[in-house]
Amino acid sequence: MSMQMGTLERVAGSIVVGSGISDVKMGEVVMVGREELIGEVVKLTEGGFTAQVFESTGGVGPGEKIVGTGKKLVAELGPGLLDRIYDGVARDLELLFKERGSFIQRGVRVNTLRRDVEWEFKPSLLKGASVGEGDILGTVLETPMLRHHILVPPGVKGRLKQIEEGSFRVNETIAIIAGKDGEYEASLMQEWPVKVPRPFKEGGRLGLDLPLITGQRVIDTFYPIAKGGAAAIPGGFGTGKTVMLQQIAKWSDADVVVYTGCGERGNEMCDVLTEFPRLKDPKKGRPLMERTILLANTSNMPVAAREASIYMGVTMGEYYRDQGYDVALMADSTSRWAEALREVSGRLEELPVEQGYPAYLPDRVAEFYERAGRMVVLGSPERNGSVTIIGAVSPPGGDFNEPLTIATLRYAGVFWALDPELAFSRHFPAVNWLKSYSLYSGPLLSTFTESWASHSEYEKTLSWWHEISSRYEEYRTKALELLNTAASIESIARVIGESALPDDQQLVLLAAEMLKEGFLRQFAFDEVDAYCQPEKQALLLKMLIDFHTNALKLVTRKVPIDLVKELQQIPLIMRAKENPGGTRYIAQLMEDSQQALEKIASNYGFTTKEEY
Amino acid sequence: MVSRPRRSIKLTSKLRLEDIQGEVYRGVSEIKGSLVFVRDVKDVTYDEVVIMRGPDNIDRMGRVLDVSHELAIVQVLGSTSDLQTDMALKFTGTTFKIPVSDQVLGRMFNGLYRPVDGLPPLASGDVRETDGTPINPIARIQPNNFIQTGISAIDGMLSLVRGQKLPIFTESGLPHNRLAAQIARQATVRGEKEEFALVFGAMGLKRDDATFFVDQFRNSGAIEKSVVILNLAEDPAVERLLTPRIALTVAEYLAFDLELHVLVILDDMTLYCEALRELSAAKEEVPGRAGYPGYLYSDLATIYERAGIVSGRKGSLTQMPILTMPGGDIRHPIPDLTGYITEGQVFLDRDLYLRGIYPPINVLPSLSRLMRSGIGSSKTRDDHRDVADQLYDAYARGIRARDLAKIVGELGLNEREKKFLEFSEAFEKLFVGQGDSENRPVEETLDRAWDLLAKIPEAELVRIHEELIAKYHPHHRANTRE
Ligand SMILES: Nc1ncnc2c1ncn2[C@@H]1O[C@H](COP(=O)(O)OP(=O)(O)OP(=O)(O)O)[C@@H](O)[C@H]1O
Ligand SMILES: [Mg+2]
Repeated sequence: MSMQMGTLERVAGSIVVGSGISDVKMGEVVMVGREELIGEVVKLTEGGFTAQVFESTGGVGPGEKIVGTGKKLVAELGPGLLDRIYDGVARDLELLFKERGSFIQRGVRVNTLRRDVEWEFKPSLLKGASVGEGDILGTVLETPMLRHHILVPPGVKGRLKQIEEGSFRVNETIAIIAGKDGEYEASLMQEWPVKVPRPFKEGGRLGLDLPLITGQRVIDTFYPIAKGGAAAIPGGFGTGKTVMLQQIAKWSDADVVVYTGCGERGNEMCDVLTEFPRLKDPKKGRPLMERTILLANTSNMPVAAREASIYMGVTMGEYYRDQGYDVALMADSTSRWAEALREVSGRLEELPVEQGYPAYLPDRVAEFYERAGRMVVLGSPERNGSVTIIGAVSPPGGDFNEPLTIATLRYAGVFWALDPELAFSRHFPAVNWLKSYSLYSGPLLSTFTESWASHSEYEKTLSWWHEISSRYEEYRTKALELLNTAASIESIARVIGESALPDDQQLVLLAAEMLKEGFLRQFAFDEVDAYCQPEKQALLLKMLIDFHTNALKLVTRKVPIDLVKELQQIPLIMRAKENPGGTRYIAQLMEDSQQALEKIASNYGFTTKEEY
Repeated sequence: MVSRPRRSIKLTSKLRLEDIQGEVYRGVSEIKGSLVFVRDVKDVTYDEVVIMRGPDNIDRMGRVLDVSHELAIVQVLGSTSDLQTDMALKFTGTTFKIPVSDQVLGRMFNGLYRPVDGLPPLASGDVRETDGTPINPIARIQPNNFIQTGISAIDGMLSLVRGQKLPIFTESGLPHNRLAAQIARQATVRGEKEEFALVFGAMGLKRDDATFFVDQFRNSGAIEKSVVILNLAEDPAVERLLTPRIALTVAEYLAFDLELHVLVILDDMTLYCEALRELSAAKEEVPGRAGYPGYLYSDLATIYERAGIVSGRKGSLTQMPILTMPGGDIRHPIPDLTGYITEGQVFLDRDLYLRGIYPPINVLPSLSRLMRSGIGSSKTRDDHRDVADQLYDAYARGIRARDLAKIVGELGLNEREKKFLEFSEAFEKLFVGQGDSENRPVEETLDRAWDLLAKIPEAELVRIHEELIAKYHPHHRANTRE
């Protein structure tokens, strides 16, 4: 890998044409002009090549140099990635800030991994051991939340000639592996070309049957996402994509979160930076930043780097997966990435197919989402890891019938459709419960409920706890049915007015309304409700469904619907989610509302209990 | 390796060909729209400024859009009507920069930063690149200072904070200029004496609209703390591409060098976008939606993202761009892409306006994304968030009832629907509606909201925490007073 000097022939914005580098390759990183701006070769022509530049090119002109580095765009991987923020090409933004101040200047070279930090390395293997790719050489405590496994890089194997315990900087040698073709000096860091998926064990893809618990009711209960799955969140502006991604980044039970702000707002990244250190991981009680990597390529940064940021993110994710961790990758927004592809394609004068997008857009989308998965990773000890990809999509005009949304839905197993009508009335998350789906819901819900069997505390105190775990899917189906039926009744009500509806239909509307307000709506910034424990989700759902079931018994026995509508418990049920009393409060409220219904029934000379 | 020394030239004063050293190119091969094609150039760089003299002896400025050894494509800024291929042309060796100093306050310039107030150009000062550079996200401070505009719909439900970018989506014929001027006049940060410095960037504005703003600034005395950059309807469209960038370069200087709190009004962004479309068409680029270039999002982002607060500097830059939605359609690419970049939008509604409501803000499609961090007990009042949420919900229900009433008649509504309908009518008149010199403190805004919410049964107020209902609901307040 040697540097080669060529000459710039043409500069047109982020696209430059060069010549004079003999064996230049597609995807090779080049340094452009006097300031050595970083770029990447995107097209080869006879006698020359075209590169996209990741920085602005004002003041650069033909005749200046362009240097081929012989290397592809790589990610630096190693301890120190967590708890930091990088730009699209993974320059550490804090280092950049220290070097150049508040505004990002071009032509500054800083590393991803800090070279001045020393890490305490504990070997897990002894000298003389024979090692292969992916084997864990030892560990470093990267943050109090995460033990970083130092891996033998893909493609390396041999005998461990030397391995040392102690403090090391990322680029110092910690071990020497003697292989067939010579010696490999292993350090705490490795590099990997971002556009190439990192390998895992052959045939090692695992089923997607473990839920990624997010604490968001509409996700966990209605449209769950599997660890290793892929989800798409399409929605017009202001419908809540970013907040939803941030919620998952905050509360999901992933070990590592990679949050990629791709072509979005600077203030949003600042928001994450301000909030995450203050918030605690619900399980481990440590500041969230300790498990988070942020990539920020804001909308006004050079477009070419947007593409890079998505690949950087997923490569970092795969690297932690290879260590045996569950990784959640957020991409906000994949539309900006697709637009970057379109822009570069346009500048290269490629033939567009639909809305200006190049014909290969669906392939790129597929390649990206294919990098999600739960798998047996390389090396010993044997372990599994996963990368879950959740991508926001920003369709023009909020219309889902457009190339990127369509291509994404082909590869994502979960579709959370955001709805502007819901957002307008501030029903958040504005996930449309009729249009969304999850292909993983079957197996996930069973695993979800199985985990409750361990809630022995509830088993003892709540007589019906057992019933919840065994009938949860039924409750969910019922809730979805209610919402569906309500939607069609509503369209009738829109013509004849609600008061003209029969009582049982009015009850459906009431129950649906209670579900929407009391279950589906979840204010992201409420202290109590921002994260909703799985068991609390279960209780809330049971309370709501039981209410309908019992009220229906009244209505079928000709009790006027207004008696039900006037019950004092209704507003309490709709508020219960935010009550600091938690599951205890809900359990009590459930009993109360049951009694209230029973009281009406007994006034009419029957009981709601008889059918059980 | 050839390279000329980079020069730094002030481009403000009427730059003349003679002022620049170097080779004069005579004759260009082609002129197409605002693009000029120059053959066989040497040592030219991308984005470099060019001075061109036509046979009319007028010097024009241009920028290099594309350059190779054989050809430079130059975008002419200013009128191209009298240009001919036998023009003289010089490359300045520098990208577009403008000088800034504290002398800029109180001044008025045209869209290319030439004074139009009869005073000489800015003499000394720093020279700044008009394109600006992105703020490092790590250097940003989360905006959270509530700006009281005195307008209930905004303060109550779409709170603006210092450092936010909040556009007004409007249609021609609606009173957006009146609203923007009212905001500019009334905006204060509670508990602080300091007023906003104003930067007004006009793109393609009619002369009387521009005069309206300037008079407003004059009358309120704000003119001494304002900078006006005017590109009027009769000025060349292509200059509009520079106008907002000049305005923001000045604003950044005021905010981050002089540490002032700056409010930037950019009016009308739609005309900016049209100028961009014109240029794109001239370059024969593949058009995107509605003929706008595919990079419209990225281009607009380089304008809108220039807002915020930066660590270590006391000032702030708040943006309020105004854009007229072509055909009143919020899905049109310009409002659509804007909404994807800005931190919310204030939506003006013709229907409300026709019913005599000023300001005709339709709160439902409006949004302020930074509201959350600017409101609450220590900033405005503890009930603010819940009240706003409840208003949204109740108003949305009222609008649904209104739509239903159009079909089944008001008699077909049930009691509940009638209540919400009643609420929404009152809400539009008493909460949204106000005079254009009426300046309501936020407490009054919230109290008004409670008076309206009292019209619906208390059990319906499920978006408000119970303790806040107990504290603020008029029924309870009356009770405690008795
Ligand atoms: N779960 C939620 N709870 C409370 N408020 C929410 C929630 N989701 C969204 N919001 C509100 O909606 C606003 C817009 O949400 P968000 O920024 O996530 O939209 P977006 O879809 O990412 O828009 P864009 O495409 O323009 O980036 C937020 O600022 C917040 O006020
Ligand atoms: Mg967003």
